[in-house]
Amino acid sequence: MDDLLQEFIAETRETLDALSGEIVLWEANPTDRARLDAIFRFVHTVKGSCGFLDLPRLGRLAHAAEDVLAAVREGTRAPDTALVNAVLAIVDRIGELTEAIAAGSPLDDTTEDLLIAALAEDAVPLAPASAGPQTRTASRSVRLAVDLLDRMMAGMSDMVLARNELARRLRDQPIDPRVEGALERLSLTVGEMRDTISRTRMQRIEALFSAMPRMVRDTATPLGKLVTLEVEGADVELDREMIELLRDPLVHIIRNAVDHGIEPPALRRALGKREAGRLLVSARQTGNQIVLEISDDGRGIDVDRLIAKAAAAGLHSEAKLAAMTDRQRLDLIFAPGLSSRDVATAVSGRGVGMDVVRANIEQIGGRIALRNRPGVGLTIELQVPLTLSIIPAIVVGVGEQRFALPRQSIEEIVAIRGDAVRIDELGDSRVATVRGRRLPLVDLATLLRIEGGRMQALAIVGTRDGNFALGIGAVLDSEELVVKPVAPAVMGTGIYAGQTLPDSGLPMLLLDGAGIAAAAGLRFVPQVLVDEDQATAQERGIDALLFDDLDGQRRVLPLAAVDRVETVSASAIRLTGGRLHLSVDDGVVPLVTMAEPPATGQVTLLRLTDGVTEIGYPIRDAHEIVTLPVAMAPVRGRPGIAGVAVVNGEQVEVVDGHALFAGEIAPPAVRPLCLLHHDGTGWMDTFLRPVLEASGYRCASTLAPGETAAVTLAMDDDPPAASASGDPVVLLRSRPAMPGEAGIYRYDRAALIAAVAAEMEARGGLRQEMAR
Amino acid sequence: MSELFLIAHLAGRWVAVAASQVDSAVDIGEVVAVPCAPPAVRGLAALRSRVVTVIDTQVALGREPAHRARRAIIAAIDGHHYAFLVDAFDDVFPFDAAPLSCGLALDGRWAVAARGVVERDGEPLLILDLAALVPAGVVTDGAIAA
Repeated sequence: MDDLLQEFIAETRETLDALSGEIVLWEANPTDRARLDAIFRFVHTVKGSCGFLDLPRLGRLAHAAEDVLAAVREGTRAPDTALVNAVLAIVDRIGELTEAIAAGSPLDDTTEDLLIAALAEDAVPLAPASAGPQTRTASRSVRLAVDLLDRMMAGMSDMVLARNELARRLRDQPIDPRVEGALERLSLTVGEMRDTISRTRMQRIEALFSAMPRMVRDTATPLGKLVTLEVEGADVELDREMIELLRDPLVHIIRNAVDHGIEPPALRRALGKREAGRLLVSARQTGNQIVLEISDDGRGIDVDRLIAKAAAAGLHSEAKLAAMTDRQRLDLIFAPGLSSRDVATAVSGRGVGMDVVRANIEQIGGRIALRNRPGVGLTIELQVPLTLSIIPAIVVGVGEQRFALPRQSIEEIVAIRGDAVRIDELGDSRVATVRGRRLPLVDLATLLRIEGGRMQALAIVGTRDGNFALGIGAVLDSEELVVKPVAPAVMGTGIYAGQTLPDSGLPMLLLDGAGIAAAAGLRFVPQVLVDEDQATAQERGIDALLFDDLDGQRRVLPLAAVDRVETVSASAIRLTGGRLHLSVDDGVVPLVTMAEPPATGQVTLLRLTDGVTEIGYPIRDAHEIVTLPVAMAPVRGRPGIAGVAVVNGEQVEVVDGHALFAGEIAPPAVRPLCLLHHDGTGWMDTFLRPVLEASGYRCASTLAPGETAAVTLAMDDDPPAASASGDPVVLLRSRPAMPGEAGIYRYDRAALIAAVAAEMEARGGLRQEMAR
Repeated sequence: MSELFLIAHLAGRWVAVAASQVDSAVDIGEVVAVPCAPPAVRGLAALRSRVVTVIDTQVALGREPAHRARRAIIAAIDGHHYAFLVDAFDDVFPFDAAPLSCGLALDGRWAVAARGVVERDGEPLLILDLAALVPAGVVTDGAIAA
């Protein structure tokens, strides 16, 4: 808020300075409409600002002056000398008050009522107040035009380039150590200066948030809705330009939330929600990204209706819509001209789409994600880079040329010469298989028609639709680049995202991953269709994962048994309880190994599951997914190995999945039921239930029809009526038992659990006897 | 009313360019190629701390590429800086611009870029509009209609 106040003071001072001339001219000619308008605008602005800065005194003055001036503008009042004097007195007073706020000094308000009264039509002319000695505190902030900042930035870049060139020239010849020292100092200063100047471009996101309360109110009121707005993280800083570019999308999302998301108060009451809808806007910084979240507790997106509309609009065929995943269905909201609302309103209009919002966010290198909870609310997450201009990038060489790739879009870079990568021709296109993952391959040199570009590495590039492997030459560098937009003619190629001038002094182009995929004609098949392909593949033979085991043997494991492949720290693996266990978030997973796992560093681990039990299988390296031949040579005397198969002309051992799981104990599937006989205090539910549940029991306070409790727990002062089935009962006491008294003290956990277990066992024993 | 024009030599003839369009006239350094860009885009060059898009003016006029040209007219068009390659400069002179004489049949590209004629020592020179020589890109920006 402090920043806002400073800004208000600076702005008011500035306008007052500019206005002083206008005031004199207006005084000379009260009918001058242009001057009148200027003064009206000033008091109007002050009044508006006072509203959310909580400055009631200033607000009252400005409001009174505004009313009178509005009347003059409408022609209902004549601008006579008394009126002009009264208005001018108020303008002066606003100036004095502003200075007092800036200085933090008190100013008595006795004359303010008089000032306002003097505005009345029949007021006694005001005695011109003698202007007291005004103290003006020196302002600690300066307002600058962004243009000037830009020029400063450009100058800074020039300076950096000049320094680099100087350093390069000096390096070519023997250099005097004193010159070298001076150059070093210069470099340091220039570096610091660059940081400082970069920071001048940063602004608190408050600048964006401050207008929101008003906007929410103005949107909600005509719709008859009540909305409470909460704002978090207003002190997050980001590039000024970015703030401006975020403004429109944010306004749009918030209006949508109020208009479409939050229900009218009556409906909310009927739904059991609070009458006032809740809108939470928060900002936080993660790395060099800013995450903005806008969440409401309204009705969320009605996906079914969205589907119906998409079908009606002929956007996709019904079959395709039916085959879509939930995520894809939700993403239909971003389709052009599709809105989940049937009725257009004055606020959001109709078909003003989230498509435009997404396009805008993506244009500034951001991403948008939805979390939809139908009936409960919608959260929209915007992820944008910290600044428009500085992007961490990887510099790659292709032939003689260099290009930059945004680091954010690269999942990993793998060298082609290793075993991990394999490249095949499929028809006239190429695919790369990286550790079992098959990806379409685009050779950058071929795409860009650069001669002599030998493919040495693959960059796995992630785009919104899918990933692909980009064949590149050498990886040369990794640096933060100041990226500028390219000319339209270059943009038109669709494969460049920007241009930059690195320290080398030679321009470089920033590649656009999604654009490359499009230019290369890659079409990413929706996930559903891929799943179908896998289903047909399984009919041919079993898919299996090919890997190097810890003992160096190459083995395969049926893919269906592999839940996932993960990398864990070796320190998470311990010999506990007589065998190796892996610590995971919520417990331990038993491990099966063919050799001793490494004691330090990272371990690649296969998480296996047979649907019930989970085990871990540490390996050296995972390779790829292969299809096992139907024929397999059996082996004898090798526990854990089912046989030997030939994969890609090589003999590999097939791990016996059956044996792996045969030794494992499945977690208890049946949990005996404890009936809690309530004493009305809720103690049973609050204190007892967690203890019992942690010990492997199920708890209920009433029995479902046909259900019998294994044991009933009750307080000894409120025993349950004798049950017909003769269920065992454990009685609990509120106080420790005196010698000779029966029952168990309710806080004696060990005795309590033992008693429940004993009753359970007695009953089990009884049942076994009956079975005999 | 006379206007200032920069007289430059390209494609074997002298032409006039309105000085108001010209930012500066310089010798440019190394040009980095932009693969896949329209042929008229020679590449990118650094001009102090700024990156300029180098336009092969001869190609833009539908002629052979000017491989040797190193001098360029720098102009800012729609917020982007371009370097238009020329063979040589003369100087800036005030001229009276005259409309193209009727019946004059210019070749397609020239016709698009020609804005009129000035007369230097009795020799008529075409006025070139640099903005018309910039190859079009696909405009992809959309604004939010709130």
